[in-house]
Amino acid sequence: MADPHMPEQPGLLRRCCPHPLLSLALTLIWLLLINSFSVGGLLVGLTLGLAIPRLTSSFWPGRPRVRHYGKVVAYVLLVIRDIIVANLQVAFIILFRPVGSLHTRWLCVPLDLTSPEAITLFAGTITMTPGTVSCDLSADGKALLVHCLDAPDAEAAIREMKERYESRLQEIFA
Amino acid sequence: MEFLNELLVSSLIVIGATFALIGSYGMLKLPDLMSRLHAPTKATTLGVGGALVASMVYFLALNGTVSIHELLISLFLFLTAPITAHFLAKAWLHTQQPNTLPRPARHDWSTFEKAPGSDEAG
Repeated sequence: MADPHMPEQPGLLRRCCPHPLLSLALTLIWLLLINSFSVGGLLVGLTLGLAIPRLTSSFWPGRPRVRHYGKVVAYVLLVIRDIIVANLQVAFIILFRPVGSLHTRWLCVPLDLTSPEAITLFAGTITMTPGTVSCDLSADGKALLVHCLDAPDAEAAIREMKERYESRLQEIFA
Repeated sequence: MEFLNELLVSSLIVIGATFALIGSYGMLKLPDLMSRLHAPTKATTLGVGGALVASMVYFLALNGTVSIHELLISLFLFLTAPITAHFLAKAWLHTQQPNTLPRPARHDWSTFEKAPGSDEAG
């Protein structure tokens, strides 16, 4: 599969660089870490970017197929917005709601996502956003265990999570 | 101009510190471990975020360069906070063995049951 986000050398690419986007991200993060651009820094970054995916390749059996990179950006923006809202909501709950009035409950969220990367992102998003923490995955990978700080209506909470995040992740991952 | 910068930076720091304080107060107030888990994963994100944005604004005003380290810190925070929360929840499930959990359709949660077709312990 040709990847439009990769630099040249298509022949060597498959062998040297099984995860081009990961290599690119690692190089970029290294450059950001040293906080100034130099050729030496770029070379070290490239070396790390090529070495780390190879050394850890047993943890990355397949490459996740991402269909729409534009939708990834939209999703990240949506999640950042929701994180800020979640902070305000949880702060409000902590400050003003008596503990007895909270509808704390466990939810079992059935999953339509199948790829491990997508499920990981979905679980991470749930943890970072309004009053929910994802706790466990069912043994067959078909459901998520989610703890809700304040959910008066279990069905509505599950529906909102699925519509808001899972459907978008389904569009992003093929 | 300098006064405006300082006002902006100091109010960002105060907002961040307020959220960090609320998060810590939540740890005290909420009754059980699973509810307490909500306070540090959320309220502190904005607490740290406020301090980081304040730092970016400060260095932008001081010597006119954009400092990227803060973005990296928030990226690592977003990556690690869910994983920490997940580990704590998993440890809680292991020690408490609660029997009030909702059950998924066919298999139990992976903390209590091996994945079908694997030899790994859950």
